Amino acid sequence: MTTRTAEKVLSFEEALAGFDPTMGLEVHVELNTVSKMFCGCATGFGAEPNTQVCPVCLGLPGAMPVVNEKAVESAIRIGLALNCRIASWCRFARKNYFYPDMPKNFQTSQYDEPIAFDGWMDVEVDGETVRVEIERAHMEEDTGKSLHVGGATGRIHGADHSLVDYNRAGIPLIEIVTKTIPGTREKAPLVAKAYVAQLRDLLLALGVSDVRMEQGSLRCDVNLSLAPAGSGQLGTRTETKNVNSLRSVERAVRYEIARQAALLQSGVPIVQETRHWHEDTGVTTSGREKSDAEDYRYFPEPDLVPVAPSTEWVDELRASLPEPPRERLARLQREWGFSDLEMRDTVGAGALVLVEETVAAGAAPGAARKWWLSELARRANERGAEVADLGVTPTDVARVQALVDEGRINDKLARQVFDGLLAGEGTPDEVVEGRGLAVVSDEGALSAAVDRAIADNPAVADKIRDGKVAAAGALIGAVMKELGGKADAGQVRELILAKLI
Amino acid sequence: MPEITRAEVAHLADLARIDLSDTELDHLAPQLVVILEAIASINDVAADDVPPTSHPLPLTNVFRADVVRPSLTAQEALSGAPVEPEQQRFSVPRILGEEA
Amino acid sequence: MTELTRRTAAELAEALASGETTSVELTQSHLDRIADVDAAVHAFLHVDAEGALAAARASDERRASGPPASTLDGVPIAVKDVLATRGLPTTCGSRILEGWVPPYDATVVARLRAAGLPILGKTNMDEFAMGSSTEHSAYGPTHNPWDLDRIPGGSGGGSAAAVAAFEAPLAMGTDTGGSIRQPAAVTGTVGAKPTYGGVSRYGLVALANSLDQAGPVTRTVLDAALLHEVVGGHDLMDSTSIDQPLPAVVAAARQGATGDLSGMRIGVVTELTGEGYQPGVQQRFDESVQLLVDAGAEVVEVSCPTFVHALATYYLILPAEASSNLARFDAMRYGLRVLPEGIEAPSAEDVMRASRDRGFGDEVKRRIILGTYALSSGYYDAYYGQAQKVRTLVSRDFAAAFERVDVLLSPTAPTTAFRLGEKLDDPVAMYLNDLATIPANLAGVPGISVPSGLADEDGLPTGVQVLAPAMADDRVYRVGAALETLLTRRWGGPLLARAPELAPALRGASA
Ligand SMILES: [Mg+2]
Ligand SMILES: [Zn+2]
Repeated sequence: MTTRTAEKVLSFEEALAGFDPTMGLEVHVELNTVSKMFCGCATGFGAEPNTQVCPVCLGLPGAMPVVNEKAVESAIRIGLALNCRIASWCRFARKNYFYPDMPKNFQTSQYDEPIAFDGWMDVEVDGETVRVEIERAHMEEDTGKSLHVGGATGRIHGADHSLVDYNRAGIPLIEIVTKTIPGTREKAPLVAKAYVAQLRDLLLALGVSDVRMEQGSLRCDVNLSLAPAGSGQLGTRTETKNVNSLRSVERAVRYEIARQAALLQSGVPIVQETRHWHEDTGVTTSGREKSDAEDYRYFPEPDLVPVAPSTEWVDELRASLPEPPRERLARLQREWGFSDLEMRDTVGAGALVLVEETVAAGAAPGAARKWWLSELARRANERGAEVADLGVTPTDVARVQALVDEGRINDKLARQVFDGLLAGEGTPDEVVEGRGLAVVSDEGALSAAVDRAIADNPAVADKIRDGKVAAAGALIGAVMKELGGKADAGQVRELILAKLI
Repeated sequence: MPEITRAEVAHLADLARIDLSDTELDHLAPQLVVILEAIASINDVAADDVPPTSHPLPLTNVFRADVVRPSLTAQEALSGAPVEPEQQRFSVPRILGEEA
Repeated sequence: MTELTRRTAAELAEALASGETTSVELTQSHLDRIADVDAAVHAFLHVDAEGALAAARASDERRASGPPASTLDGVPIAVKDVLATRGLPTTCGSRILEGWVPPYDATVVARLRAAGLPILGKTNMDEFAMGSSTEHSAYGPTHNPWDLDRIPGGSGGGSAAAVAAFEAPLAMGTDTGGSIRQPAAVTGTVGAKPTYGGVSRYGLVALANSLDQAGPVTRTVLDAALLHEVVGGHDLMDSTSIDQPLPAVVAAARQGATGDLSGMRIGVVTELTGEGYQPGVQQRFDESVQLLVDAGAEVVEVSCPTFVHALATYYLILPAEASSNLARFDAMRYGLRVLPEGIEAPSAEDVMRASRDRGFGDEVKRRIILGTYALSSGYYDAYYGQAQKVRTLVSRDFAAAFERVDVLLSPTAPTTAFRLGEKLDDPVAMYLNDLATIPANLAGVPGISVPSGLADEDGLPTGVQVLAPAMADDRVYRVGAALETLLTRRWGGPLLARAPELAPALRGASA
């Protein structure tokens, strides 16, 4: 059914010449409550299959849900942080459809009465602010997880049966839906990515979710449509699921623009359908067509009573909100002394929180930025991953910088420490130890190496004796070469000058 | 009030995931028409300003604290499975339609 | 039949307290009675002799060494098969749940166990409680002990018949549109539907969540009140459970048993009498009203105009909620799995369709389709949405009536027990049985049905229903007990004493 071969696409530039993209983003956030949305089962990631289930989340006959208060609280806080209005009275609803990973064959969700609605978030892209309007944020529950057996690829197609683990079923989700975002043109992919990145930072600051995209605790669906450039119309949209990294958000938007443009240009109408994003190949493929299968037969969940947050409760939660993103950015820029450009690059690389935490762990802001934005961002890029997902922690980075500051390693050795960290060789200190990376600080050994360099390069030594200090570079190079780079260049230079002048 | 046709019943059976036979469809469609006629009377009973009742008692805000309670054991959870579980998971026939 | 099985639960509790009998003895005597008559009655789907006797032994040991766990400690009970029982099969009368053994107890069941009541077994019912005759059970119908060719009412015909046939002194039922009260009426027993939220629904396999309520099925009003006190009250596992102390139902039943109703204002519901009610039913009802007047009650006629739409409203709300509740029976995690014929390597979807076709009976399919229709896009407002509005009007009718009177009164069911098979293929005729009981479920108010005598034309039991405002369950017990006392005096003994003797089957033939 699925065609794995890439469809015909236009170049991004060509696509935009003919069409205006409009997008909408749906983000599902798993809350970090210790128990599930409607039962007391634990929510920890990675437990043995079907050990965090009970009659309620297994949908056993007779079982009944009870709402987790912390989840409602988190939903309201998210709503407030997104500048939403909070419903004074709302209900849960049943969304009826059959799927083996959904124990009751309905999802307990919210329909026309979301807990939060009509909000916005300002997103910074290339120094420009784009206001993303939030339609709603509502509470619902996650599904179980299927493992497909018998197929060659472990995928659903070709599998002869599936194995279902319901540990994830019933974990609280907040679904955050934007209104359509028009008029972003060539910036659309970046706006999408920046929105998700900024939302992630916000959720992290709220402390309501682990927001681990690679573990699925933050998942994104991209709705995208094209209309003839300048027409002001709205085209038929596709809904791309499974866009589960920041990088993919940008790529998926870019790909759908190019794909839809190619179809429209050759006169083929867009079908309203669900599509699936493939991280590996960078394409979307057709899922099911939206048709009568979409008749979810919503109705108010009779087993749950309405949620009616009091003004006092909402005010209390509002008072507990962290600093709003813009104010926070301004404050951090002030505290760190970054230029506008430095600040923008930091945000753009998805490294704001990482830098913040690295600074909190003791590193100077400039050093923290340098490591995350140059060294680690480059490696993330090579791997097609997000810098946050490399597995190197802010504490690690702060420690590496501390080792440099202590003179135990130099910048060049520090890069090798990062190699070791990425290779899973332990803590920075363990990598330095294991790889023997500490600089030679033994005065005798250094002095001997300098003497040899002077002896080997008499002409250079003479120049320096004549006052041409700049020539010292050649001797430093020779010393470093002999010591395999494990020396502090400044210290070597001082030694050379002391011996010759 | 719309009449319910045989085709419509077939569609509803599809939505409800019930494999109705032709005989069952033949039997069911006219019965549903009779039932719908019998209940059609309510259409003009309530004025637009009457609020709907979804819950018989006016309770709100019934919550539980975010506290972990013991789950079933995997063995208990899987005890009703219609076929032998594999890898401590429920074994279900191949799933159509969506990419996981 | 031993003399023990004829006694009321209250009497048995006294006999246990005085040491006249033991729980093992009276549990065994009920198991013997089941062995004697259940082949003919078929009230039980599953009998748990071993479990019941073990609980009885534990109860006797408890009494020997200290205070009992409750007033009913040691008195055995039968439980409708719609309540989840850990370790005991729970089928809801459906093929799709054949052999399912829940890994957990319903709250009601947990409270019964904690109170020391041995569970004799699980009683028959219309499949998923859809029906008024127990003929829609996948395991065959239950027979009315008054006439084995007739229905015992439904959906809780098994619980009512078990109590009427002296197979159990107490039973648990559930009432979504009358499934406790209507079987009580046609079997000459007592059935009480508590206020919605008064008894936990956790572990009650939902038919229509906003209507369902579990309650006692007994032979006397006092027994019903005693059982109500054991199972009722707030439950954290049921979000719709009322977080208030239970009304003093036992005290009310004792007060009513004095036969004095001075100061009580009683309303007879115009829309629930007269036309459509069998003459013998109406006659016994009118006599009951006169008795209440004689007992000092002030009786007036009260009109509840929206009640005529209650049946239609109910048959939209119930199927809608049920269609969603029953979606979970999909052959994936529990229950029947059927592989469709003629399909190689069937998908999960194929298996769901085939299993649901084979596993559900006709009435269940009928209501699932109807509910799916009522909720589907384009029809929701006209059907489900409209029904929810009429529901509001029904509640307003009750509210207005209860400003004038303390309780409302009507016949429980429009007819006496009809013959098995008589209405099986006429769903609308079948639905009419619940005409009088449904309004209480729509509004969530409590009700009780007590025997009012035998209809002249067929000699079969009739019942009177008493309804009260939400959380005023005590009133239905008071009025019900008064009526019971006055009628029993007139009859010179309980109505059930007039039921025909059931011929004991040969021991062993009725396993
Ligand atoms: Mg959703
Ligand atoms: Zn659970």
